Amino acid sequence: MSPRRRVATDYPVDDGGPLLEVEDLTTAFRTPRGRLVAVDGVSLTLQPGTTLGVVGESGSGKTVLSRSIMRLLPQKGTETGGRVVFRGRELTPLSRKELRQIWGAEMAMIFQDPMTSLNPTMKLGRQITESLRYHLDMSRNEAREHAVALLRSVGIPTPERRLGEYPHQLSGGLRQRVTIAIALACGPRLLFADEPTTALDVTVQAQILDLLAAQQRERSMTMVLVTHDLSVVAGRTDEIAVMYAGRIVERAPTKVLFSKMKMPYTEALLASLPRADRPSHTPLKVIPGRPPDLVDPPKGCRFAPRCSYAQDKCLAEDPPLREASPGHVYACWFPVGTPAGRGALTANGRAAGAAPADPTLARSSP
Amino acid sequence: MADLVVEPILAADEVRAEAAGARPRRFKLTFWLAAGWMAAITFVAVFANLLPLPPPNKPLVGPPYSLPSWQYPLGTDELGRSMLSRVVFGARVSLEVGVAAIVIGLLVGGFFGLVAGYYRGKLDAVISAVANVMLAFPALIFAAALVAFLGPSLEVVILVIGVLSIAPLTRLVRATTLTHAGREFVLAARMMGYSSRRILFREVMPNVIPSAISFALVGMALAIVLEGALSFLGLSIRPPQPSWGNMIAEATQYLTQDAWLVICPSLFLFFTVLALNLGGDTFRAVFDVKESAL
Repeated sequence: MSPRRRVATDYPVDDGGPLLEVEDLTTAFRTPRGRLVAVDGVSLTLQPGTTLGVVGESGSGKTVLSRSIMRLLPQKGTETGGRVVFRGRELTPLSRKELRQIWGAEMAMIFQDPMTSLNPTMKLGRQITESLRYHLDMSRNEAREHAVALLRSVGIPTPERRLGEYPHQLSGGLRQRVTIAIALACGPRLLFADEPTTALDVTVQAQILDLLAAQQRERSMTMVLVTHDLSVVAGRTDEIAVMYAGRIVERAPTKVLFSKMKMPYTEALLASLPRADRPSHTPLKVIPGRPPDLVDPPKGCRFAPRCSYAQDKCLAEDPPLREASPGHVYACWFPVGTPAGRGALTANGRAAGAAPADPTLARSSP
Repeated sequence: MADLVVEPILAADEVRAEAAGARPRRFKLTFWLAAGWMAAITFVAVFANLLPLPPPNKPLVGPPYSLPSWQYPLGTDELGRSMLSRVVFGARVSLEVGVAAIVIGLLVGGFFGLVAGYYRGKLDAVISAVANVMLAFPALIFAAALVAFLGPSLEVVILVIGVLSIAPLTRLVRATTLTHAGREFVLAARMMGYSSRRILFREVMPNVIPSAISFALVGMALAIVLEGALSFLGLSIRPPQPSWGNMIAEATQYLTQDAWLVICPSLFLFFTVLALNLGGDTFRAVFDVKESAL
């Protein structure tokens, strides 16, 4: 990028250390009903150039997690704890003003709905060139040329013409390409993609994901891909963190997670996906019940009330994060695929009376 | 850089974008009539001095109480002054008051509304409280009292009506700002590292302007009516300088001899207010369509 970066340069030299370290990050909102802990003691480490998938149901805290790391949440009514270290520099004590130099230039985010994340009253050209001129001090012409190149690189045909158009003149897929171009404009090192394809047609989803992967490779950027859809992250991430009720319940390299999952929640999420190798009209397995109320979370394991493996111990004691193999951690007393897990499953099957036709439905929520 | 164009999908996008752009924007006939009327009134008011009209205060241009005719297009009043000339110069007063008062309201009320709606918190509480107090005053009595105190002149009337228009515009702009400040593109702008001030004035404000303008058009009609009412009470510019309001007030004395002297300025007032209201409605309708298409 341009040598005239306005960005603060007092970073320690890149020493091959992690790009981002999150330690015991906690985010709570003060609500009329009480303190809602949306992110509860999450720790993460991201190596440069890798992709992390963050997976979980709606309300599991994955969006709040990415916004907490960027510190984009409103200050009023929000309590945050823990440490976020980005390129060796701690973000927690930074002022708004210092953060503004990092936002957009070092860390950027792509939002879920391209229909609302572009300003309807501003031409696309200005929406893209503004950040270039703001962060990189480019001249009007420089910024324009750069914007054209950016739009072309995200696969938008006739970019010169598009610069003079308004967002409503573009389709959803093209708009998401534009938001990607805006997020990439200043060459961020870390990109959060918060459900980037949820609001798009299925046919466009794969294109957008491919585009993100291509851009990431080209710019050797680090990416956090937040989604509720395991199939989205399956082939596109190096590591996956599964979130439930504000906590990371399992984290593993992608291949390991899919082959040797330990957490029943991960298993249930995977079982709820439609698969091409099953006969048609096979009913999808659902996870019964709903995520817990985060103002007043249940005692013990938070997934226990919905879990087909759950035993009395699960309802009483909170399982700690344990290591299954290097890089693979999980929080469960009766992990999938272990003798303890199999024992728990058969015990629950027996308790339900008849043979468990469907283990995920065998146990009703208390 | 990588070329990731996927032809069929983009071709479909192209068609869709063109269809959206090609859709003709249609206005109703009533809108064109209203716009035409406002254009005509504005034109004669601005160029009143250059038009071949007798001075509005010159008596005995024709015989008093003449009815409209080719020679005296809108007739003459009790002193034989040209009604056409008086109505045209009266339009000048009405429009000056309407436009200037609303500009004051838009600038002051718009600013406070934006700030209150965007920053929220204590600032919002204070601004909203002040606006509510201002709204609680009965407008006509407030205006009458203030003009009586400061002395009737065009400037004072503009100032008083301008002050009265601040509170409603503050509330409207605040509410509109609230809805837009919660949108994702505002968060996206923050994510790009822009300052709050920049976001407020460059991202949020352009989205608030259309609804503020459609409200301002209706407010302009209200301002013109209020000026008419003040004139009628003798609290705006003094006769013989004509304004629609004081023309109506003076002519009521001669209602039995010549009702036309009341009807003529009343019709001008009526059609102008109607046109402004229709304009405001159309503006809002056009804006709403755009909003829903997003």
